[in-house]
Amino acid sequence: MSSHESNYQPTTRFGKWLDERLPVNRLVYDQLVAFPTPRNLNYLWTFGGILALCLVVQLITGIVLAMHYQPSGEEAFNSLDHIRRNVNYGWLIQPMHAVGASMFFLAAYIHLFRGLYYGSYKAPREILWILGVFIILAMMATAFMGYSLPWGQMSFWAVTVITNLFSSLDSIIPGMGTAIVEWLWGGYSVSGTTLNRFFSLHYLLPFVIAGLVILHIWALHVVGQNNPAGLDIKSDSDWVPMYPYAVSKDVVGMFAFLLIFAWFMFFLPDYLGHADNFVEADPLVTPPHIVPEWYFLPFYAILRAIPSKLGGVIAMFSSILVLVFIPWLDTARVRSAKYRPIFKWFFWLFVITCIALGYLGALPAEEPYVTYARLFTAYYFAFFLIIMPIVGIIETPKKLPGSITEDVLGPGGGKGASAGAAAAPEKR
Amino acid sequence: MSSHAEEPNRRDFIVLAGSAFAAVGAAISLWPFIQQMNPDSSALALASVEVDLSPVASGQAITVMWRGKPVFIRNRTEEEVKAAKDFPVADLPDEVARNANVAADATATDENRTLPGHENWLIAIGICTHLGCIPKGQKIGDERGDFGGWFCPCHGSHYDTAGRIRKGPAPRNLDIPPYAFVSDTQIKIG
Amino acid sequence: MTKTLAKSLGLVAVVAIAGSLTLAPASFAAGGEQPHIEHQRWPFSGIFGQYDSAQLQRGFRVYKEVCSACHGLKRVAFRSLSEPGGPQFSEDSVKALAAEWPNQITDGPNDEGEMFDRAPRPSDPILGPYKNDKAARAAQNGALPPDLSLITRARNTHNDAWFPVHFYLMAKDVFTGYQEGGANYLYALLTGYHEPPEGFTVNEGMNYNAAFPGHQIAMPNVLDGGPVDYSDGQEGYNGPASSLEQNAKDVSAFLSWAADPTLNTRKQIGWQVMLYLLITTILLYAGKRRIWAKFH
Repeated sequence: MSSHESNYQPTTRFGKWLDERLPVNRLVYDQLVAFPTPRNLNYLWTFGGILALCLVVQLITGIVLAMHYQPSGEEAFNSLDHIRRNVNYGWLIQPMHAVGASMFFLAAYIHLFRGLYYGSYKAPREILWILGVFIILAMMATAFMGYSLPWGQMSFWAVTVITNLFSSLDSIIPGMGTAIVEWLWGGYSVSGTTLNRFFSLHYLLPFVIAGLVILHIWALHVVGQNNPAGLDIKSDSDWVPMYPYAVSKDVVGMFAFLLIFAWFMFFLPDYLGHADNFVEADPLVTPPHIVPEWYFLPFYAILRAIPSKLGGVIAMFSSILVLVFIPWLDTARVRSAKYRPIFKWFFWLFVITCIALGYLGALPAEEPYVTYARLFTAYYFAFFLIIMPIVGIIETPKKLPGSITEDVLGPGGGKGASAGAAAAPEKR
Repeated sequence: MSSHAEEPNRRDFIVLAGSAFAAVGAAISLWPFIQQMNPDSSALALASVEVDLSPVASGQAITVMWRGKPVFIRNRTEEEVKAAKDFPVADLPDEVARNANVAADATATDENRTLPGHENWLIAIGICTHLGCIPKGQKIGDERGDFGGWFCPCHGSHYDTAGRIRKGPAPRNLDIPPYAFVSDTQIKIG
Repeated sequence: MTKTLAKSLGLVAVVAIAGSLTLAPASFAAGGEQPHIEHQRWPFSGIFGQYDSAQLQRGFRVYKEVCSACHGLKRVAFRSLSEPGGPQFSEDSVKALAAEWPNQITDGPNDEGEMFDRAPRPSDPILGPYKNDKAARAAQNGALPPDLSLITRARNTHNDAWFPVHFYLMAKDVFTGYQEGGANYLYALLTGYHEPPEGFTVNEGMNYNAAFPGHQIAMPNVLDGGPVDYSDGQEGYNGPASSLEQNAKDVSAFLSWAADPTLNTRKQIGWQVMLYLLITTILLYAGKRRIWAKFH
């Protein structure tokens, strides 16, 4: 909490000199060392750190790949093959970036569902949550443009299909959608020109994400972390300093996550991708079955579930933008779904819905899948727009623990040593 | 400055005008940076293509490229023409001809989808009006959909033998490009 | 009261979803346009899989004696045939092989400004007989024999199983590190030439193939009867006997290497990294327990 007094003491003369001019040491100390974290956090709270790691991995591998990649319609596919075959450790770095994108989304979705379950969007964390939604959106734009770069068949047709979504605006103002699409393409069809600008934007957007992440962390450090009990920090026994407690837990989470990452990268580098992307882009042949990457499948299912073109596009974008409004759609008095007996069920049903939509998004747009997709799409929106406001009103929450300390030690606990004080040996 | 509350005077006007000029300049200077993304002059150069139709026998089809887009050219059989003519326009999902060679509000009759005297030739831009995939149906053995025309594999749009949308998510009939017959067996697209 | 209400509501919802999804298998069976393709065991499949260089050498012979009549391998250089993790022919034999390769490299321009053809060197790509796709189509009656450099990664098998079975099969592949769908497809294709079923008309110049989507393929049954004899009539040869299946399996393995030549290194380093990560995770977890000990 920012209201927490800074107790940073420079230990060297240089440290003191610097602290009076540019207090970066103080910033790092206050925000990453002494920062109070609730003592009842579980391992789901390590995904913030894991996501920071993912962003760094994508930035480093991406910058390195750009040294070998050629963003032109003629050479893009060849240069990818060249990276994998000939560049030193290209076989390692290229899958690290491609699998890394999947891992980034995996971690982001876990992080998001964690926030949804424990009510991390509720006051006073609305801005923190909305910034998170913007980060997801920026990640999606980045991933979409990045997926075009190998310039395989799936790249090409994904760009064609997704950019064509804007042409649905023709039904509002005739010609506007087409004008926007041609502006995006730089021609009358997707071409090397389009690829080149997507490369430029794909290089730019991660820095936008990094900026949003800084704001996200800033907002987090103003309001403090939520926790499984959904309670605020009230006494010194409720919190532990970030270092070494939260940090020691975060690194365990990171390395465990890297195990999964490495498994896919070394043993299944093609598993999360699509075979058609090993065929060079051909503007005259549409692959029989166009599917986006797995992390877009639920949204793709929503797009296809709506019979109208414009309606489908609106539904797809709304399915993400609706998240912005949930701090006000949720009427519950408690944060954590742990203490919400009815909402908990609807939450898990929502998780199943997202998985089912993802599964249906990979299937062809035929009956009966379209009908299933419509049912699940209806639930997806009903969860936010109907269930969240109504359940919050009719439900009687379970009894909350008296404090975070009680959540860990049980009732009557927390009378012992103040964890916060005990945990700062350097002060003694 | 606000502490010196004064009547509006000449200085305020100059500051306001200066800010307005700066804002307009900043806005205008954005224009080149937006415009650079539009199709460039080499893409705009409206190259027209001439196509020799004599090798295309009845029932066959060829695909040619025009402005980077595939153009479907099909020499339709009499049954195919008849099937297209017999279907009432009022029952079509899209009743507009979408033909660059006729009036913009012409209805999507088979006559309005072709050129007079050459009704067997259907010439259409081979891009699905849904999300831009290339429909199947040009090659022998391709799936042609429920109406014998074209079938888009991406999201299941069915086009009939006049290139009109009959079933599926596509909102419009296949577009007919501007073209003309320069001789009986030669067309010029564009 | 609210608790029972919640439970029953949730139960109803779960049952409704499960019920609606159990309708799926009927439709899967009805729309079964994708041919079923068997999972094969390959020496290089799974988390411990590595290429068998003897098999790759045999597979290269099949490619050279049969496939290369129509198909190129333009992303693979002759030199890689002698590099570690591949067929590992000797450098001299690769040099000789390149020099004798029938499909020449177009080089130039020379001092007269003309392009000229020359014999490939080990650093050159393994080319097919056609200079470009149009020439290939003209020679092949309109069909295009694809370049085979990436073919096993560019093909995959479709899993049309009912969704719980599908999830199980996906999980099995993930836990065993199995991603050889492309090689499975290729093997099924090469061994998939049969008499067409009753009522199926095969167009002129096409062949019936059980594994090919649409079942009509321009490529004939080139490996019929196992044309590549590995023994070369030698006395005392004790390698695998030639057969359609053996030839098909070997060339599928060779083309898997061509598409993914770094698989051996990748998995070897992969295990070192996994081991390091595992030990570090355990150590860090133990460290975390110590740090948190006074709160438990």
